[in-house]
Amino acid sequence: MQTKSLLELASAVSSGAVRVVDLTFTLSPDFPVIVLPPEFGQAAPVRIQEISRYDGRGPAWYWNNVTFGEHTGTHFDAPIHWFTGKDLPNNAVDTMPAKDMIAPACVIDCSAQAAKDPDFLLTVPVVEAWEAQHGKIPARHWVLLRTDWSKKGWRDYANLRDDGAHTPGPNPAVMKWLVEERSVIGFGTETIGTDAGQAGHMDPPYPAHHFLHGAGRYGLQCLCNLDQLPATGAVIVASPLKIQNGSGSPLRVIALVGAS
Amino acid sequence: MIDPIEPPKRKNPLLRTRLPTAPPRPRSRRSHGFTRAAAEGRFMLQRCEACGSFAYPAREACPSCLSADLAFVDAPRRGVLLAETTARVPSDVYFRERAPWRIGLVKMDCGPTIVAHLHADCSEGAAISMSLQLDKSGQAVAFARPEGETPNMADDRQWREMTADPKFRRVLVTNGRTVVGQEAVAALKAAGAKTVFVGVAEPWRPFAGEKLLRGQDGIEIVALDAADEKSAADLAADIGGKVDILVNTTEHVRPGGLLDRRGTSIARDEIDQAYLGFINLAQAFGPAMRMRGADGINNSVAWVNILSVYALANWPAFGSYSASQAACLSLSHCLRSELRPGGVKVMNLFTGPVDTEWFQTVPPPKVAPRAIAQAIVSGLRSGLEDMYVGDVAEEIRQRLAANPKALERELDR
Repeated sequence: MQTKSLLELASAVSSGAVRVVDLTFTLSPDFPVIVLPPEFGQAAPVRIQEISRYDGRGPAWYWNNVTFGEHTGTHFDAPIHWFTGKDLPNNAVDTMPAKDMIAPACVIDCSAQAAKDPDFLLTVPVVEAWEAQHGKIPARHWVLLRTDWSKKGWRDYANLRDDGAHTPGPNPAVMKWLVEERSVIGFGTETIGTDAGQAGHMDPPYPAHHFLHGAGRYGLQCLCNLDQLPATGAVIVASPLKIQNGSGSPLRVIALVGAS
Repeated sequence: MIDPIEPPKRKNPLLRTRLPTAPPRPRSRRSHGFTRAAAEGRFMLQRCEACGSFAYPAREACPSCLSADLAFVDAPRRGVLLAETTARVPSDVYFRERAPWRIGLVKMDCGPTIVAHLHADCSEGAAISMSLQLDKSGQAVAFARPEGETPNMADDRQWREMTADPKFRRVLVTNGRTVVGQEAVAALKAAGAKTVFVGVAEPWRPFAGEKLLRGQDGIEIVALDAADEKSAADLAADIGGKVDILVNTTEHVRPGGLLDRRGTSIARDEIDQAYLGFINLAQAFGPAMRMRGADGINNSVAWVNILSVYALANWPAFGSYSASQAACLSLSHCLRSELRPGGVKVMNLFTGPVDTEWFQTVPPPKVAPRAIAQAIVSGLRSGLEDMYVGDVAEEIRQRLAANPKALERELDR
């Protein structure tokens, strides 16, 4: 690609001809985190502690100490996160190829189904129906599952009941198929994880984690504003923090959207 | 006969909030034998080991036989009021603001004559029951009450200065997600608290007992994650000026000590919840509480901590948790000192294993959450500083006093 085209892109971003959509939730202590049984190790919640705020602790400056787990807020999952991807090369956020941080996306709108059924599962026929309308999912594209889950209040968002979370996600067959037949670069959701709330009961358990990371692909979760993206053509910029041997990280995810 | 206190009116915003003042503080080292007794609600006097006579005030030698062998022991509380007087224009600022103030001379059945603060229903020639109370300076004073119950007895003006009765006061229970928190809410409401604010962290996470808290008169659920600096500060910005009693029901119990755990993340959670949570609450709510120590009928009066008795002696089975509790115990003494200028008491309840999920495999005796809640109320009503709730806590205290090294070895099982 010519440098000129790249400068044209920058100019289009600057002028607004290319829209930049922020797909990120604010990283804050109130945002729900993944809940594991209490006897397991837990993701540290987001904590923001003031170092100083133009006061006796630092008269002219404001800054914070921030602590959080790798999997809090809008965050990225690297292959090393799951046992299936533990032996792959360059499987952590610090070693993954930088070029994988920019890729186009296909957005599959299942908001109507998810509104009716919190346990809605994305299946191969649903994706095939989408492809009939928008064309075959090209290789190395993100598949983003739009459910409008990000518009819910926190309690409905987490939707925890006494038998676990009830949130939409992919079924095992579609995950295997997207990875093997469509070579997706990754899979993204609006919910707390890339997997459905009840995915622990599937075969294999947590199929999105299982198949994506086993094949060196990535996950994005806790996304928002997917309703502002076209079904095809948006370009996702997702560059996680370069944490040494990190399994993931909170990050700023943006989408570039051209004129239709 | 005392008229019941009236529910306080809303404050007149044109008037300055009166600042707390304190009664005289100096005491001899020996006199702190009374402080220890008062902190636990015991009535103790010095008794001569040689001749058996009781002495008062605290002395270096027995006034009867000059033996130096004087020990503080539990003493009979009964006495007779010999004479009373009313101080109408005392020179001390604290008492001047509270004048007229009644004091009297009490002849104790066990011998000594004691100058004591008087409950309004005490009359000359009548029997009284003596107690040692912590005043607004945190020092022990003698307080005489009628022997039996009298109507509205706890509403006595002078008695209320010595106590932290929840009646008409507004209480913040910091964690309502736990059974202990929920029992505390119910007990404090039943004890006449005007409002009980109940902190709930991570409101998106459902919890057992939630329905009991919602929609009840005088119980307000508030968002509070004590371990989060901003959450504590935000809540204090809303209700900091209305918290008269704070009950810290933080509960984060995890088994395990050092070698069989990997890494520090569980210990970090323990410190985050218990110790840093304590600091966040203190920094958010402490300054206003200290400032409002003389703010009328519903002045701020007390801060309550529920601590494991293993703060005093490490229990290796819950070794890291014990250490987090020891840190909180140490911090509570710092808080007590810093709240002193406001006359706000810091009461620590020490418990053994509580009958909750995290002590599931621990054999009885375990403390029922309701017993903790009832102890909170009775401790506040009596104005105590240290309470040992349940058999295990009491036993640990006694064994620690007898031989700390023996206790260390015995807990190592």
